[in-house]
Amino acid sequence: MTEAQTLPKMVGERVRRREDPRLIQGRGTYVDDIKVAGMLHLAFKRSDMAHGRILSIDTSAAEAMEGVDLVLTGAQLAETLGPMPILTPFPAPAHHSMATDTVRYSGEPVAVVVATDRYIARDAADAIVVEYEPLPAVVDPDRALAGDPAVLFPDFTNILGQTGTNVALYVPAGTGVDPVAGTMDNTAIERAFDEAEIVISQRMWNQRLAPSAMEPRGVIAHWEPGKETLTVWSSTQNPHMERNYLCGQFGLGQDQVRVIAPEVGGGFGAKINIYGEDYVACAVSRRIGQAVKWIEDRSEAFVATTHGRDIVADLEIAAKRDGTVLGLRTRLIADIGAYEMLFTALIPTLTNGMLSGVYNIPAIRSELYEVFTNKTPTDAYRGAGRPEGIYFVERGMDMLARELGMDPAELRRKNFIQPEQFPFLTQAGNLYDSGNYEPTLDLALKNAGWEALKRERDAARAAGRIVGLGIAFYVEICGIGGWEHASVLVQPDGRVTATTGASSHGQGHETTFAQLLAGQFGVPIEHITIHHGDTQIVRAGTGTFGSRSQVAGGTALMNAGEKVKDRMAEFAAFMLGAEAETQADELEFIDGRIQVAGSPAISRSFAEVAAFAYLGGGNAAAAGIPYPDASSGLSEEAFWEPAGATFPFGCHISMVEIDRDTGELKLLKLVAVDDCGTIVNPLIVEGQVHGGLAQGIGQALMEGVVYDEDGQLITGSFMDYAMPRASDFPRFELDNTVTRSPHTPLGTKGIGEAGTIGSTPCLVNAAVDALSPFGVKHLDMPLRPEMLWRMIQGGAS
Amino acid sequence: MAQIPVTLKVNGRARRVTLEPRTLLVHALRENLGLTGTHVGCDTSQCGACTVLINGQSAKSCTIFAAQVDGDEIATIEGVATDGVLHPLQEGFWEEHGLQCGYCTPGMIMASIDLLKANPDPTEQEIRDGLSGNLCRCTGYQHIVNAIQYAARKEMSQ
Repeated sequence: MTEAQTLPKMVGERVRRREDPRLIQGRGTYVDDIKVAGMLHLAFKRSDMAHGRILSIDTSAAEAMEGVDLVLTGAQLAETLGPMPILTPFPAPAHHSMATDTVRYSGEPVAVVVATDRYIARDAADAIVVEYEPLPAVVDPDRALAGDPAVLFPDFTNILGQTGTNVALYVPAGTGVDPVAGTMDNTAIERAFDEAEIVISQRMWNQRLAPSAMEPRGVIAHWEPGKETLTVWSSTQNPHMERNYLCGQFGLGQDQVRVIAPEVGGGFGAKINIYGEDYVACAVSRRIGQAVKWIEDRSEAFVATTHGRDIVADLEIAAKRDGTVLGLRTRLIADIGAYEMLFTALIPTLTNGMLSGVYNIPAIRSELYEVFTNKTPTDAYRGAGRPEGIYFVERGMDMLARELGMDPAELRRKNFIQPEQFPFLTQAGNLYDSGNYEPTLDLALKNAGWEALKRERDAARAAGRIVGLGIAFYVEICGIGGWEHASVLVQPDGRVTATTGASSHGQGHETTFAQLLAGQFGVPIEHITIHHGDTQIVRAGTGTFGSRSQVAGGTALMNAGEKVKDRMAEFAAFMLGAEAETQADELEFIDGRIQVAGSPAISRSFAEVAAFAYLGGGNAAAAGIPYPDASSGLSEEAFWEPAGATFPFGCHISMVEIDRDTGELKLLKLVAVDDCGTIVNPLIVEGQVHGGLAQGIGQALMEGVVYDEDGQLITGSFMDYAMPRASDFPRFELDNTVTRSPHTPLGTKGIGEAGTIGSTPCLVNAAVDALSPFGVKHLDMPLRPEMLWRMIQGGAS
Repeated sequence: MAQIPVTLKVNGRARRVTLEPRTLLVHALRENLGLTGTHVGCDTSQCGACTVLINGQSAKSCTIFAAQVDGDEIATIEGVATDGVLHPLQEGFWEEHGLQCGYCTPGMIMASIDLLKANPDPTEQEIRDGLSGNLCRCTGYQHIVNAIQYAARKEMSQ
């Protein structure tokens, strides 16, 4: 694709990551690697019951143990610590860091032990005895909707004014829905279905997942009496948000609390939330005036870290027989688990917003119900609401193509939003910034060899093999979450120190952000240091989530950089004044020098100019010398918020084979063409896509959080929760198109979640295609061998 | 709880420590010796983040007591680079973007050292199968495979 504007040098280069030398030598510092003098250790006693009333908690055996400093129950802690704040604006039941009188999911903390070491803390937690009166466990979301077999919060009144219900939130969306007036006009959606020549109707489930960053969560809280400051090291994606919430909870000023996200070992959305354990650690440290540390075990992570997805859709698509889609209607039930965390209620509403996919659908209607169940709460997980929406749409489109006997690629092409329609306001309510879908589809079809693959599939089938082809076309919303902040300082020696509020946890900001500044200033990338993840060093910030860092953070950084560059140019123009009549805006920054455009001989080095700027003007102004105004120095900052969200997109194609005897599915081929706008570092973008694909394929094939009918978690370790391993994947074949966003100066859009969104429906579509000779029309994930084997044996889908 | 003396020979250096008999090797490395490059990613020996070499063989240090390796030769990620020169695997992970968050990386590199020792010229499938004990949530493994291929090529050519 042609570029409409010249990009800064360095943008687009495959720069090796600057984070890596420390990490490949075991010198990264994660939360658990940090020790503070006098630090004590926490362990939590957790509920082993999904739903029950706490009758008694006996902590005497724990308290009697050598090395145990303190034991606190939820009720004791609640005497001084209020319920946890959340970010969503809807009514929500109170939720304490530890259960006070009722437990509502297996794994909910009920007491905390403070001890001299981790082993003793764990022993003591195990010695706490809790007596419960069991209550019926709400596990099935359909039954939960009807208040069966119990209501989790009998006193809670929801947004509809209903009490005595498990419905946490109801959000209608789409054509004819006026959220402000609270009215619903059904004319358009009913007409679409009245005029339909064919209607696809399917219930489908986007199952519950465990985010499973390789580093479990962890926190160290250190309250220093006398200084009256709280320092917190937390494995978080957004230290500034965590600081603000901790301040609110403890009545502290935002200048008293410092939150540090050191090296963070992955997040995938699950480390946005500010968890009860963090509040407890701070409360305990405040109480005892010593530092305390809590590190999550993996077994704890499966119950205590928020889950993702878990939305069931009753989907209908109305279309004409030529493939023109007339309308899409769905009822969504989101099983949000037992409580609302920071963003819980918001995530499924993003599913509502994506229901137009990449298609010009004239009428859309969704009714979303979020229900409480006795499970771990859900919150963001890579894609956060978008993968669910796109999964439903892309499965539905595939079913429509199959019913009509159309090529699924051509059905999609027929319904695409056309390039000239952008910016395009979908009937689901999102305003798409830019898009050009056909070239992406064509490139994916070409790279995959679509027609040849079809022949290959048919030949394999004729030979008795079970082979299928799948395609999916996704779009997602990025750049949301408001403003981001950056600062840029040129040091007296010409080195550049910058900060970003986007808190990297594997994304490589120290590299890509340095590329931006290196391009702007024309200096070696080695002369630039990017700081992030510390509220004392980074003056303001929002955080890294929703594929927003390059869009919001990168632009903020470039804006701050531009301001410093202007200052540098003024000083350089002054220095060059004797050699040439030159204006600051005529200078260019290149190869470590600032020069008159096109005249490298008339130049100063970047470092010379920086050093000169720091000398100050002395009496220059009084002497009538036109010395640049030095009062703002070479330090600038910028807040920046995109004028609108960005909408990256892409097309994924896969080929799968299912073993007739075992039902085992093998992914033979995966071709991805993604369009994330301008690419700053192709190496890092590839890495993001690979990781996203792996998680999306993991959801399609093997991952799934499973509860039994009593609300006990069955998938509580990596033994039972199938995380994909290296041998589960073929070599992914990637490519890109570039459709710039109008909202960002570089045209960037965001890439973090893309792979997760397209690959999941792509794989399921391929599996359904493979099993279509057996009469299969739909398969719910994960596509485990046993289920596929049953289909081959003639089980209905 | 009673403490026992154990000699841990790590990265060629013998260190005498006193610890509870139940202390896991990974905790002894991290807490007693301050070698925090070896990570804990699960508590059931499935993820491989804690992989070290014991007498040259890769092993999960979260599933073995420190007392069981008294006197054995242990190698951790901190000892892999020598005299400031990166090991070919470390170089490969850097060149090929074989890591993102970096948490699984030390275990991946230690497991890969053992893998390449046993099979200096592995096929891609042999590499993928050889990593069956190590989980990564960030990379989708493709760049990790590339990193190991890079190291294999480099070591073969030396």
